Amino acid sequence: MSKSMMGRRAFLATTSAAGAIVIIAGGNLVIGGNGAWAMSTKALTGDEAAMLVRMARATYPHAMLDDAIYGKVIHGLDEKAATDPALLQSLQEGAATLKAKKFDTLDEAGQVGVLKEIESSKPFQTVRGECITGIYNNPDVWKVLGYEGSSAELGGYINRGFSDIDWLQDA
Amino acid sequence: MAAKYELSDDSVVVVIGSGAGGGTLSNELAQKGAKVVVLEAGGRREIEDFVNDEWASFVNISWLDKRTTSGTWRVAKDFSGLPAWIVKSVGGSTVHWAGASLRFQEHEFKVKSAYGDIAGANLLDWPISLQEMEPYYERAEDKMGVTGTHGIPRLPGNNNFRVLAAGAKKLGYKEFHTGNMAINSQPRDGRGSCQQIGFCFQGCRSGAKWSTLYTEIPKGEATGKLEVRPNSQVLQIQHDDSGKVTGVLYADKDGKQQVQKARVVAVAGNSIESPRLLLNSASAKFPDGLANSSGQVGKNYMRHMTGSVYAIFDKPVHMYRGTTMAGIIRDESVHNPGRGFVGGYEMETLSLGLPFMAAFLDPGAWGRDFSSAMEGYANMAGMWLVGEDMPQEKNGVTLHATEKDQYGLPVPNVHFDDHANDVAMREHAYKQGSAVYDAVGARSTFRTPPYPSTHNLGTNRMAENARDGVVNKHGQTHDIKNLFISDGSQFTTGASENPTLTIVALAIRQAEYITDQMSKNAI
Repeated sequence: MSKSMMGRRAFLATTSAAGAIVIIAGGNLVIGGNGAWAMSTKALTGDEAAMLVRMARATYPHAMLDDAIYGKVIHGLDEKAATDPALLQSLQEGAATLKAKKFDTLDEAGQVGVLKEIESSKPFQTVRGECITGIYNNPDVWKVLGYEGSSAELGGYINRGFSDIDWLQDA
Repeated sequence: MAAKYELSDDSVVVVIGSGAGGGTLSNELAQKGAKVVVLEAGGRREIEDFVNDEWASFVNISWLDKRTTSGTWRVAKDFSGLPAWIVKSVGGSTVHWAGASLRFQEHEFKVKSAYGDIAGANLLDWPISLQEMEPYYERAEDKMGVTGTHGIPRLPGNNNFRVLAAGAKKLGYKEFHTGNMAINSQPRDGRGSCQQIGFCFQGCRSGAKWSTLYTEIPKGEATGKLEVRPNSQVLQIQHDDSGKVTGVLYADKDGKQQVQKARVVAVAGNSIESPRLLLNSASAKFPDGLANSSGQVGKNYMRHMTGSVYAIFDKPVHMYRGTTMAGIIRDESVHNPGRGFVGGYEMETLSLGLPFMAAFLDPGAWGRDFSSAMEGYANMAGMWLVGEDMPQEKNGVTLHATEKDQYGLPVPNVHFDDHANDVAMREHAYKQGSAVYDAVGARSTFRTPPYPSTHNLGTNRMAENARDGVVNKHGQTHDIKNLFISDGSQFTTGASENPTLTIVALAIRQAEYITDQMSKNAI
């Protein structure tokens, strides 16, 4: 624990402002959001998972979403990879490519440049596809982006604003 | 009390599928006293099983059996195993349809005459006219409770409609309203009125939207003449030496193969499964598949020219609140070759929830442009563009050479290339759709490509002459008198309107013909 905390301080001290997110990783642990969330990995190392979390955020960047949202996507992939060696290998390759390109030190334009280079690769497409459901089918994200989800149990919108638009002229 | 028939009972009419065509035909036949067995590949899920959750619902009710795709349509790249977004459940695709119920126009039954020869298009006039269809449209609208007909008031407009209507007005369009919808605007036929829930595509939780699941099917069962067997996938239609069909081989709910004998077989499995079944039923006598002397089984697949326009405004719209498709602009649904294409298109309100918007807005896209669009979701309005596409002989359903389904039968491959006319129409529709939103201050607009097909048409088409098509004007196959096609695959051409009302009207008409022919012992 104390080692982990030290690592965290050390990381925070050395991370540059270029990184959009702050994640520290060690062993099988990823801590992000300035300590607001953490995940432990089963198959990937913490470093690999952290790199993929950064990639997920750079792929679908939303400043208003916490790292935990992206972390959950990678957590789901890690769970699958624990029983799927081919998936694990692919994710490991993806993380290694990002590490080689020092993805975590790049600014947004630099990260996008790297992603464009690898966009047809299997690891990228796997993470991207997982993001589509992992981010946008997450009710925590719905709240942030203004989608209200299930309505039948609330009586629909007949008395709750189906026709409440007030800014249209001539409507 | 639902009927129960023996497998050996060869006096029954077997209907394959329980959607708009099969479900309606079954009830109509049962009301007239015919004995009917419906074999439905999907399970029986009732209203309480529906969920207001796009992905969960998709997994629950969609037809997800293995299919392949080919051709230049973008669906083949983005959703290669999902050419069509249709339902595998009792009620078929009437479970998830939007409810838009429009009659075809006079010229749309006679497009070869109206449009002339179009290179690459396999155009043909329907062997029936609007005048012949009108009484059946009347009955279909009454049965389904279509708003704007039979004195039924139109639905109130939701936010998404109000944006569409304001833009239409500014642009000078004349015919726009909340549509002709088979969704109760007031209680009718034992069902309540629309609660503006949204989620029309996930199964209507209030039952206000017409679906065979809770209208035709239980009404048919109440006659004591109709038996529905869910989880029963038909594998082959069988025939005797004379070429008459005698029954069907199907896999029952336990996967056990059974043969149900039949006097008449009506196929209503939607435009991919119906031709596939005829092709998979090939025999020594019919080596190219049943009812295929014309060679047209599986050909001329149409899916409507489609596309969507979404627009982001400065202020909230909440387009997902309320009836999904109750909003239409009809001014472009005319034949005016001056626009650079034949046929016309409708502009209809459409919304997707956030989960499906992410999947369909621009499949495969990533980066800040995409995420910025998603951040505009609450301020988004949307419309669907749906128009007449050209039948092309090369577009269609074939049996895959190597891929097999869970029963060991070849899976269907769906091939589609846009016709130049489809491309020109889509371009015009995108432009006009964007203009509607620009007229009321859209900050940005998006051209969303066609979704996996919801309107699947034409693969067993109707033709006056046996050499030109698979069925006659009653949906009866030209080759086999006691074999009928009862779904949208019998459409000669697609028209610009959503197809369900016409499928239902044809089924009502076909039920009259089948009972008449049975009473005369002609079949």
